[in-house]
Formats: sequence, C-alpha cells, structure tokens
Amino acid sequence: MLLELRNVSKVFGGVRALQSVSFDVAPGEVLCLAGENGCGKSTLIKIISGVYRPEPGAEMLFDGKPMEGLTPGMARSLGIQVIWQDLALFPEMTVAENIAFERNLGGRPRLVDYGAMRKVAAEMLARLGVGIDLDTPVRELSIAQRQIVAICRALIAETRLVFMDEPTASLSQSETDALLTIVRRLSADGIAVVFVSHRLAEVLEVCSRVTVLRDGRYVGTFPTKGMTQTRLTELMTGQTFDQDVRAADRTANPVVLEVEGLTRRGDYQDISLTVRRGEVVGITGRLGAGRTELALSLFGMTRPDAGTIKLNGQPLRLRSNRDAIDAGIAYVSEDRLSLGLVQPQSIADNTVIPVLDRVLGPARLLSERKKSTLVGEWIRRLAVKIGRPEDAVNTLSGGNQQRIVLAKWLATEPKVLILDSPTVGVDVGARAGIFAIVHKLAEEGMAILLISDEIPEVYFNCDRILHMRDGRLIDEYLPGAVPMGRIESQVHA
Amino acid sequence: MVVIALMCLFLALTTDTFFTLVNLFDLLNISAVNVIFAAGLLVVLIAGGIDISFAVAASVVQYLTALTVDHLGGGNWAVGFLVAGFFGFALGAINATLIWRFRIISIVVTIATFNLFFGALMFFTQGVSIYDLPNWWLDRIILFEFDTANGFAELTLPVAVMAAVVFATWLLIRRTTLGRQLYAMGDNMEGARRIGINIAGMHYLAYGWMGIMAGIAGLMQAHYAQEVVPNAMYGRELEVLAAVVLGGARLGGGRGTLLGAILGVMLVAITQNGLNLLGVSPYAFKMIVGAVILVAITLSGSGVGNLLAGAMGRDKRRAVAR
Repeated sequence: MLLELRNVSKVFGGVRALQSVSFDVAPGEVLCLAGENGCGKSTLIKIISGVYRPEPGAEMLFDGKPMEGLTPGMARSLGIQVIWQDLALFPEMTVAENIAFERNLGGRPRLVDYGAMRKVAAEMLARLGVGIDLDTPVRELSIAQRQIVAICRALIAETRLVFMDEPTASLSQSETDALLTIVRRLSADGIAVVFVSHRLAEVLEVCSRVTVLRDGRYVGTFPTKGMTQTRLTELMTGQTFDQDVRAADRTANPVVLEVEGLTRRGDYQDISLTVRRGEVVGITGRLGAGRTELALSLFGMTRPDAGTIKLNGQPLRLRSNRDAIDAGIAYVSEDRLSLGLVQPQSIADNTVIPVLDRVLGPARLLSERKKSTLVGEWIRRLAVKIGRPEDAVNTLSGGNQQRIVLAKWLATEPKVLILDSPTVGVDVGARAGIFAIVHKLAEEGMAILLISDEIPEVYFNCDRILHMRDGRLIDEYLPGAVPMGRIESQVHA
Repeated sequence: MVVIALMCLFLALTTDTFFTLVNLFDLLNISAVNVIFAAGLLVVLIAGGIDISFAVAASVVQYLTALTVDHLGGGNWAVGFLVAGFFGFALGAINATLIWRFRIISIVVTIATFNLFFGALMFFTQGVSIYDLPNWWLDRIILFEFDTANGFAELTLPVAVMAAVVFATWLLIRRTTLGRQLYAMGDNMEGARRIGINIAGMHYLAYGWMGIMAGIAGLMQAHYAQEVVPNAMYGRELEVLAAVVLGGARLGGGRGTLLGAILGVMLVAITQNGLNLLGVSPYAFKMIVGAVILVAITLSGSGVGNLLAGAMGRDKRRAVAR
C-alpha cells in the first residue's frame, strides 16, 4: 500500500468531524472517496496533506513509513498533492507561471527563467494532451481550464498521490470526460489518484474502489465492480430511498410569484415561471447555470434588462433588496457562512437584522424587550438548539446556523421564500429538519423557490422541478412522474 | 496613459513653456522623490498590503541619518545611503512585524505607526529643523546641463537615484523569484501559503523594501530642499498612494506595474506643473488634482465604452458584499 491510515479522528470544538477512520490507497490506483457534504471528506484530505493534525492515537503510513508531525511542506515532499476545490491558483498570473510556480520557490533567491517556465508548462500541458495558451492570465480561463492548470501544477513535482476535491462539480459532460481521460493517464503513469465526488456515475466509471464516509465515520471500502448507484447512495446516506415525493398538483392555488421573460445579459435569458401559494418549486442545474443570478434579481440585488416580476398580480419594480423585503420576498443565500450571518454577533442580533424597524420602542430606539420576544418566538418555531440568544452565531453547528438564517428571513414575514442551496455544509441528519420546516412553511401558504444542484434534494422536496442550463429554463419535471435517475442524467448531460 | 497624453497635448498647445527641455527636466527633478516612494509603495501593494507611514518614516530617517553622520564625523554619500537605507529598513521591519506577527491588517498598523513615527519625531525634535547638514549632502550635483533658448536645462542627482531605484525595483518584482512570490502572495494569500511561500519573509521583504525606498527618498528630499524639516513630507503618503493606484496597482494586491506607478506620479506632477504654467491660483491645485485623479481612475478602470457595464458590475459586487 502507498498510503495506510488507521484510527484517524478529528474533533473541532467538541464536534467530531472524523471518528477513527481507516483509509488506504494502492500505488497507481484510482480510488473514490465518497460521502455526502459534511461527512468529513475534506477533513480527511486536510489531515493527509498536513493542514490539520489528527487526534492522538492515529496511525498514518506512507510507503510503510510513519508520517509524524506532518506539515504541508512535508506532505508535498513525499509526493502528496491536493487539487483543492478552490484551486489555490494565482488569478493575475499567466498559465505558464501558475503551472511552473514551483520554480519560483525554495533555495536562494535567483533570477526568474521565464523561458524554462514556459517550456516546463508546455510539456506538462502536452503530456495531458490539452491546449491552453501559456500567456493568458488564469483569471480569464474557464473553470474547466483552471482545473487543468491546477492538475498540471500538481504534477510538476515528483507526485505519487493526487487528491482531487470535487473536480467535476462545475464541469459539463465533455469537460468531465476530458478530465477522466487525464485521470486514467495519470493512473497509467503509476500516480495514484483519489477522486472526491458525489456524482456517482463518474465515480463508478473511473474508480476501482470506493471508500465511503458517513457523518465522520468509516462505512467501508468496496470494489466498484458490481456496485450500483442505488447501493452507493444507500451507503452514503445510510437510508434506503423509500422516501415519498412531496409533489402534488397545486394549480388550484392562486399564483403568488409570476416571472415573465426575465433577462439579464450574460446571466440568464428569457426566464418565465410561476410559484403558487403553498407550492415548492425547485430550480436545478449545474453550477454556473445562472440559478443564483436569477435569485439575486428576484431579490432586487441586480437589475434585469428585460421582463416582469409580479407578486400577487401586482408588477414589482425592485430597485434594491430593501424593496424586495418590503414587498415580501426573502432570500436565503447560498453562502450562508459569509453572506447570510454576521458570525461574531449574537444569535439574537442576527435574527432581527432585516426587521430592525419592527423592534423599535418609544423614541424609535431599539427595544430589547420586543427583540427578545421576536427572537424567542422564532427559535421556538424552528426548534433551534442554542445556549442563549446572546451567544455568538459561530458557536452553532451548520444545521442550526442555517435555521438562524431562516429565522432571520422568516421574521420579515415573507410571501415568497427563495432558498439557495440550503443544505450546503449541513450534515445529513440536520437536512431532514430543515426540509420539515420548508414543508411546514408551504403548508402555511408560503410560496417557496428552492435552488439546489443536489437532485435528490429537489426531487423529494418540491412540487415541480425546473431545469436551468446556460441561463435558460430548458425543462420542467414532476417528481414521481419522472424517475430521479432520468433527471440526474439530463442535468449532468 | 491616454489622460497623460491628452493633458500633455493640451498643455503644449496652451502654454509656450510646457513643451521645453527646461520644463521637462524640471518635472523629473521635482518628481524624483515621489517616484522613489512610489517604487517602494508599489512593492507593498503588489504583496497585498498598504503603507500609510512611509512619508513620515522618511522624515524620521532624515533626522536619524543627520544625527548619525554627524556622530560619524561627516560621512559621504555612500555612508548616507547606507545609514538611510538601514534606518528605513528598520522602520519598515516594525510594520512588517506588527502586520505578520500580530495579524493586524496593514492599513490599521501603518496608520498607527504613521502617528507613532510622526508624534515621536515632533516630540524629540520639538519641531526644530536642521539646516547645518554636511556639505556633501547639500551640494547640488548636476548630471547634465544644456543651455537652451528658455534657460538652463538641468538633470540633478535625485533623477539618477530615481533611475537606479526604479531599475532595482523592476529587477526585484519582474525578474527575481522573490518578486514573483510577492505577486503570488498578493494575488492569493491562501494559495501562496499552501504552495509553501515563506509568508513572514515576504512581509519583511515588502515593507523592508518600502522602508529602504523611504530612507533614500528622505535623503533626496533633504538634498533637494537643502534642509531637514520634521513635517516636510507629512501628507505625501496619500499623494503617492493615489498616484500608484492611478497607475493600475490593485489595492487588493497581485497587480501593478512600475511603468504605471511612474506614469501615475507623472500625471499628478504634470497637472500641478500645468496649472502653474497656466497661472491658476495655487489654492485650486489640490481640488483640481483630486478631480484629475478621479477622472483618470474612472477612465482607466473601465474604459469609456465600458462605463455602463462598470456601473452594472458595481451592483453585482454590492450584492456579493451582502
């Protein structure tokens, strides 16, 4: 075995991110590390690459030799490379310099040999059989091209083990195929590749074995031969999918949100949709399909070039998100941690931010009493597990933070709720709780737009699913009437 | 670029003295100190930081250098550069230590050290200027001299120093591995850390280089002004910062060129020079320079045709900021 781990655990502030996990990789093999968001995949990679230290008691061998006090530098010198999801490239620099940046490091300072850099970079691109202009700044490349650049950089060193963290998340099918070809080439060269992904079809196609983690625990390592997508899903989620779809015909309900011909150049084109009272409408599609851009316009943060938005039949002119909030539209953003919450502030303060004008006392100053009544009500209704409302939000778990974000927007008493990827970073157990809240809100008559790239999520929680690609709505599916697998293959096609 | 060209054309047409060798050389002589500052500041901006304290640091260096060479019994230019460079580096290293070691953001640190340096200087000198500098420091050195129809056109020592400093900085940031690591750190700090760049060393390099430049600029400013006055350079920091940003350096780090920084400084100098030649009231200078900077940044940031798109882009950034 190239890499052998036993009994690896990691605790973050009382939360067990990993619990005595085992993991091993053979030389030159393509292995998949599978699991849902928040299962501990990234934590494990960070331990192997020296970013985090495991808890005492862990046993980690590379080439049969123990790796102790591992640092990122040591991991690299052993030949362990990680291609992070955020890629860690230098956007202002050229492709050549990004690939060959290693030449700028180490030893004594010396003059830069741009010629040699270009040569190395060109060779590496040729080895992968890709053509990218060497002098383009990386910021001008597509995500797929950046990925290639990151792979090239990882291979410059004497690499023996490469981790690819969700490399296909934002790639089209043809780009994914190109990437998989590269992965096979690396494997043929004797470089082991650990592929982290939750897109199951490609996993089964390219990997020889799959290691499954669930909620920070090691579920097992299985050969991909004979493994089916359904079985793998069960292993990852720990539940058999006998879940019922929610979908129901709600055409009798009055239309709450009506969008017609909405267009914003470069972001989305000619979007028409309706959401009725009590209806949950899902929007799915790949990253970069324009889902979030559309949501931002519905929330008044960006202005569409053309088209209309009507709420309860009344045309809306949204000049800012304040207008949207006043009209009764709430938006729970994709990146809750940086955009949705003011992390160091208290739970109570976070909850009342959008409705400060409702907690004013005499003389228009903030009333602590009104504030705590409001906060208490929402914490109870959403069953948030908190210490005291005065505690800082960053003391809460992902799932509870998400509830606070929800509480914050629900306090505005919206008619339309837009949820953008509400379960990113929320562990499996807490997801069900969040969707229970979503269903309850719909029962109470709220119109809900649910944006997610996780097909099962929209499949089991929406009445209708809209499929967005390249800024356009291209299809509509009724869960139950269409099998989930078909929607998955459509979206990832 | 375009703005400078237009302004030069305008001034060449409206005044009969702008487009002469005398005036051109004058511009260079006047701008030399600011260009030296700009070279240092550019390095800090590229590395993703900012420095507000360099101009008063230069004043501190002037005093320390004057005292030191006096103590050494006179000294000469070589000693002067060495001593000024050393003190400049030391002050820069203070900033670097605070920023890196204590993880305080650079603008906060350098505003604090700006006050600290200036306050200490005023306290210890009681605001007293030094006029009896050694002769080597005060004697004007003329490199080139031409007798033209409009009078003597001279290039003086600060211009030569400026040229040397610009070349050295160019070498550092474009041609050495250290310079590329500086760009990388400014471009993506986390990425730089993960690839194994010595982040601490880079901080000392950037702020130390800025410090050395400030020391040299201080030496030149005293040479030019023929005296050392504690508040002589108070306020330069924003002028130079505006000029460097005008020249395309990004406040977030990772982007910026020397040519841009020099053109930025020259634009400000040409504007002032032109206003002088046009006979505009000196009281209006600051106002007009400010307006020129705004216009130039707007034009260079987006291009005239893209202004509309730029306004839309702003919406998006605002959206992200929430």
